[in-house]
Amino acid sequence: MDFLVFQYPMITVQACLDGILLGVLFALIAYGMALQWGVMNIINIAQGDLVILGGYIAYFMYLYGIHPAWGVIVAPIIMYFVGIAIYKLVINKVVDRDLFISILATFGISILFMQLMNFAFGADVVLANSHYGTTMLFDNNVVLPNSKIFSAFISILFAVCLVIYMKKSKLGRAIRATAQNARAAKILGVDTEKVYAATFGINAALCGVAGALISITFTIHPYMGLPYTIRSFMIVIVAGLGNLPGVAMSGMGLGVFEEFADYILGTEFRIGSVFLLLVLILVYRRFKLSRKREYLK
Amino acid sequence: MKLNKIILSFVSALVILFSTSVASFAKVVGDKIILGAAISLTGKYSSNGVHTQNGYNMAVDRINSMGGVKVGGKTYKFDIIYYDDESNPKRAAQLAERLISQDGVEFMLGPYSSGLTKAIAPVTEKYGVPMVEANGASRSLFTKGYKYLFAVLAPANLYLDVAIETAVELNGGKPVRIAQAFEQDAFSQDVRLGILDAAERTGSKIIIDDKLPKELNDMAATLVKVKQMKPDVLVVSGHTKGALTAIRQIAEMKVDVPMLAMTHCDAAKLSKQHGKNSQYALCASQWHKSLTYKDDFFKDGMTYAADFEKEFGYDPPYQSAESSAALLVFKDAFERANSFDQKKVRDALAATNMQTFYGNIKFAPGGQNVDKPMVLFQVMCDDAGKCENKVVAPLKWASAKLIHPVPKWSER
Repeated sequence: MDFLVFQYPMITVQACLDGILLGVLFALIAYGMALQWGVMNIINIAQGDLVILGGYIAYFMYLYGIHPAWGVIVAPIIMYFVGIAIYKLVINKVVDRDLFISILATFGISILFMQLMNFAFGADVVLANSHYGTTMLFDNNVVLPNSKIFSAFISILFAVCLVIYMKKSKLGRAIRATAQNARAAKILGVDTEKVYAATFGINAALCGVAGALISITFTIHPYMGLPYTIRSFMIVIVAGLGNLPGVAMSGMGLGVFEEFADYILGTEFRIGSVFLLLVLILVYRRFKLSRKREYLK
Repeated sequence: MKLNKIILSFVSALVILFSTSVASFAKVVGDKIILGAAISLTGKYSSNGVHTQNGYNMAVDRINSMGGVKVGGKTYKFDIIYYDDESNPKRAAQLAERLISQDGVEFMLGPYSSGLTKAIAPVTEKYGVPMVEANGASRSLFTKGYKYLFAVLAPANLYLDVAIETAVELNGGKPVRIAQAFEQDAFSQDVRLGILDAAERTGSKIIIDDKLPKELNDMAATLVKVKQMKPDVLVVSGHTKGALTAIRQIAEMKVDVPMLAMTHCDAAKLSKQHGKNSQYALCASQWHKSLTYKDDFFKDGMTYAADFEKEFGYDPPYQSAESSAALLVFKDAFERANSFDQKKVRDALAATNMQTFYGNIKFAPGGQNVDKPMVLFQVMCDDAGKCENKVVAPLKWASAKLIHPVPKWSER
């Protein structure tokens, strides 16, 4: 236990800002997960691995002398097609089955991706340098790497574009219709097969953006995907499906929670505290539901 | 009837399998001494696993081409059976079992990392198979009373205590304030114990003592504390990701600390990945090519580095050098034992006292090498941004003067 955070008030400010910037990025990944969960009823365990793959795309651009920030445009394009390919090969066979089958299938994809990335890119920890510099606030007491600000800004930009796209475009409307009632949508002439493929592609593209941002702000490694899956799962559970402001809020909340857990409990409990929170929330939800049921009886 | 047939064919297949494998790989076949090694060729340690394998292979080729091993008036050549342990301790232990009981290997080389060596050591010990390892530095390996385990490298607790002593010395002999962040694995925690010892010895105070998770990629919290509390030394050990994350975030957050000491800098290719941001970092290393140790096979560090580069296309990290040294130790022990009896070879290993290009080698009763100090190098960059690692401590081997304190970010 460490209460430094209360002794130095600036640390509190730092933790909140760090948490919010980080949380926006988490929210972007979670939004993709919520989208396909809502539309296809699939929980994608490979979410984090798609993120890491996106990170490697930005990293390779960096290796070849292109600024990694361009990765936020290139990675989603490539990842969109990777997503479509995964859908055609695996997901379309499990999409109407129960949740357990789809979890198993995406778990398999996750393991496959980890091993393939390890095989193709090696087990080294890598990162892409953006050389963006640092912003200092409050008399140099609070420091924000510009790469973090950049990543939060890009995340918000993509999320906003996606929301508008969902509202206005034909495909967006078809996706929303399918999410509400796949059968009815089909009867009314929506090609649900295409909608599913596009949804999975969009999710993978979002992961690609997030991955590129992570390679700029943090580090990537073939086996680092799972924490991102867990975080987005957790955010979606808290926010509920189809609740976009909720996803954004719970994403930022989780970011801040993590930072404080880091300061107070120690860095070693950072991921652990996320798991703990997940368990607590699931228990709480169950408790609330059972109360409701009793009331109905 | 049918079932019986299936069982019969299954059993006979097994018998054939066992008999062929035992016949084809005994300990010493013809003029070959066969060593066994489980190496991480896939999984999270695969890059260092490959460095280890390259080091072994380089030494095998060199020793074989320079006359091999002379035992009982006959010349033998080295050969190694490799298995991929997938960076998984359980798998490594199974493979050690398989190398010994199925393949009949009677002498082993170590895997990569302390964790995997820990998994294998009980197996080699059980069968009385001498193992010379080059990549397991955890102190706990040497306190279990293993009789058949020999490590050519210095134990983990010695990695960074040189840094603390140097800091105290530069502080005019007065104690310093230390901030430290260590990953929670066997190796890093041993490095931490070494720092605790050094702090106690010098009366220094540890003001930040953070533990880093396995899936570390953000240590901003630790660095914010460092910024606020202004320690004299910051020590970080968390394998390659620890080194990379620390340098990235120290540069981004403009954390000023007079001395930054780390492990795994060359494995992380720190200066290549971070360029000038990695400047002034102090790194613990088992070996550096500029050290002036000599032997008959690789001559000295510089020649080794040049030959290695020619063969594998990159500058050898210390993981490769120490792996090559393990083979030199085996050769020396076989020749002194003048026998392939495991007990005699073990006793010969225990009596090793030699110099290799990698350093002096002499084993303590626990199996660790006590005759080779760690070195510290500092990343130094020129104005063009080209960085090099230069040995700065201990003074005996220093090729450059330590830059201390590290210049502030505002002045760089």
